[in-house]
Amino acid sequence: MVYRTGRLLSGIALAAMVGIATVSTQASAATLHMAWSQDATGLDPHKQTAFSSLRLLELVYEPLVRLDAQLQIVPAIADSWQFSKDAKELTFKLNPKAKFQNGAAVTAADVKASFERILDEKTGAAARANFLSIASIDTPDTTTVVFHLSQPDVPILTAMSDVNAAIVPASEIAAGSIGIKAVGSGPFKLDKWDPNAKEVLSANKDWAGGPTGVDGIEISVLPDEASILAAMRAKQVDFALLNDPLVATLVPKEPTLQLNREPVLAYHVLQLNPSRKPMTELKVRQAISCAIDRQEVLDTASLGEGKVTGPLTIPALATDPSALFCYKRDVEKAKKLMAEAGHADGFSATVIGATGEPPTAAAEAQVIQSQLAEIGIKLDIKMMELNVYVDAWLKGDFDMAIALNGGRADPYTMYNRYWTKAGNLQKVANYIDDTLDSLMQKGRVETDPAERKATFGEFEKHLAEVSPWIWLYTSYSYTAQQKNVEGFVPTPTGTLFSLAKVTVKQ
Amino acid sequence: MTYLMRRLATFPLVLLGVSILVFVAIRMVPGDAITAMLGTEAGLLTPQQRQSLAAYFGIDQPWLVQYWRWLLGVFQGNLGISVTYGRPVLDVILERFPLTLELALMSMIIALAVGVPAGIFAATRNERPSDLGVRVIAMIGQSTPSFVLGLLIIYTLSAGFGVLPAMGAFVPLWQDPLRNLGQLILPALTLGFAFAASVTRISRSAMLDVLSDDYVRTARSKGASARSVIWRHALPNALIPVVTLSGIEFGYLLGGAVIVEQVFALPGLGRMVLDAILQRDYALVQGCVLFIAFNFMIINLLVDLAYVLLDPRIRLGEQ
Repeated sequence: MVYRTGRLLSGIALAAMVGIATVSTQASAATLHMAWSQDATGLDPHKQTAFSSLRLLELVYEPLVRLDAQLQIVPAIADSWQFSKDAKELTFKLNPKAKFQNGAAVTAADVKASFERILDEKTGAAARANFLSIASIDTPDTTTVVFHLSQPDVPILTAMSDVNAAIVPASEIAAGSIGIKAVGSGPFKLDKWDPNAKEVLSANKDWAGGPTGVDGIEISVLPDEASILAAMRAKQVDFALLNDPLVATLVPKEPTLQLNREPVLAYHVLQLNPSRKPMTELKVRQAISCAIDRQEVLDTASLGEGKVTGPLTIPALATDPSALFCYKRDVEKAKKLMAEAGHADGFSATVIGATGEPPTAAAEAQVIQSQLAEIGIKLDIKMMELNVYVDAWLKGDFDMAIALNGGRADPYTMYNRYWTKAGNLQKVANYIDDTLDSLMQKGRVETDPAERKATFGEFEKHLAEVSPWIWLYTSYSYTAQQKNVEGFVPTPTGTLFSLAKVTVKQ
Repeated sequence: MTYLMRRLATFPLVLLGVSILVFVAIRMVPGDAITAMLGTEAGLLTPQQRQSLAAYFGIDQPWLVQYWRWLLGVFQGNLGISVTYGRPVLDVILERFPLTLELALMSMIIALAVGVPAGIFAATRNERPSDLGVRVIAMIGQSTPSFVLGLLIIYTLSAGFGVLPAMGAFVPLWQDPLRNLGQLILPALTLGFAFAASVTRISRSAMLDVLSDDYVRTARSKGASARSVIWRHALPNALIPVVTLSGIEFGYLLGGAVIVEQVFALPGLGRMVLDAILQRDYALVQGCVLFIAFNFMIINLLVDLAYVLLDPRIRLGEQ
């Protein structure tokens, strides 16, 4: 699994890009004016999980590896990597040119200190649970890092591509300044952060990835997305991140603007609580699954902007959802299942949702409410402020919940938290199933891609059949740009990292 | 003077009450700074990780201890540290306040400059078509939500003319007055429109009341001109309810015009409080509410003092 071919290709690509950059820099604007509606909530890359925080921090910090648009692992700080045959040792060779924005070289000691910080419970690192298999870290020289794992852990490499596993300077860790100052090795330096107002980034001239396409990025926080569109019409904003499909679908109507739509890994789901009666009964959960027309939910709540999905949203592993249990609506079957479960007259339940998160939450709840009414289920919709919702969600304090859950590039990292017996979010899923647990463990240690696909395919089929949750659809990530902005590559993870090579023609 | 001293002496007590209410209210809302930062990922934390983060955010102690520590800080002029900004709360508030103050003043000027003359005009033409016209416009102004008007203005300018004042990066008045006014004029108009409608309605009804008073009839019978009757005799008395309304509205505006700040992306006090609540930045919420309450009390005091100037018969503090 050594990344030699990739290195050669990226060398060629880099050379090509430098050429392109030289041509377009002459005609490019110094600063990219960008806007988004939600701002970052902090600067500590190990603690932040908000979408907007990650989007900002991945321009400043770098992990060892990153994912490209096809979700393939490509170099970041590490030039190459290799698993040992028993998949219990993972060795990285670092890029000797990698430098932090304070001028210091990125060394193996920094990598070791960063992962030790993530694993230290006192840090409160968000991604700690993904790295628990790390038994020890060796640094034989300044550019080599060896992770010794307590058990084979294939998904750990994908987990290391997340900015939550960013490499930070050991000196800053010692000084206790992580989160106060942003000192990474990424393409941009954060010059100013005025929370919920603006960010100013300037190009990192020492970036090992080569010259950036613009000299800097100025990000304005415009809380209303209709105002973002207006600012783009008035050419005040070159590039924007949009969340609301209603606003995004207006972008193509503007002659000077371009909409980038990319299917994402996150999924819209109706979470049932299988610990609460009558969802404790398999037939009731299956009846709910059969009574829901997923396509109608998508069409009504999200203007059809998305795709009906099963549990696996990763393109390389996803199967045809129409082959999954009851993905074609069957109200008669649903009624029959309800009757067999002794609930022919239906029941009442409450569904919770977060106001505006996602923007389609209330509409999804309303469509589901009307669909379930057909089999006698009376749903009471309770919309909550996001933090109140999160609090109830984490306690598993709901009958049903409308959720938009984040996706990961590896199904184990994505779902072990819910569907393994030791999962940290077992309390949220409230469902223990031996088959799901063993399939997860099998997929974790499997190194053969075809075998992994088969294992997770089985996992998906079983999960849809036992229906603890009703997966609905995946939507798109939206970015809007002026047509003179060139070089942005949208990806299923939603990363804005390719802004590093974006140019703005005058 | 005694009245002024007595009023000022009540300030600390009111502020103490406000601080207790806010302190308890914000903590009673489910969720905390940890879930606000990590969202659903907070569920991945071990108990020790959660404990460490609680200590970091200063929410690991019992409420009483937290409140006592905060109160001691307030007595020393320290409203605490904002976890979002990583800076003293007072610094952050004072950085945002000039925008809010400027916006409130501009809206107030627009509202009074339009509302008072319109109200007088309508009152002097009572029940005529022009009075009806003013009343209809005032009704529309009062019933149009500010976000609708704001978005309408933004849409018309950007879609129709391809122009829009710079949004997001706010420029203070002392740095670039023209750009600053360009950024604030539309939000001020949006706020001022609704405010002007209220002022028009109250000016009209107050003026109608005053115009039917005996002393106005006396002034007319003594041969005073219509202009003199209105502006010299009637207006000062008719202004008292306008001053009361303006004081209350101005107090609200100093607390931040959340929706207008949101629509026009202005980094004012209102948006900051909203974001602080959403991010459970307790120190910032407490500091802001205390600051807003203080402003409100000062304005109420100024309004009371203004009554004396407008009507010398009023003696403040007398039973």
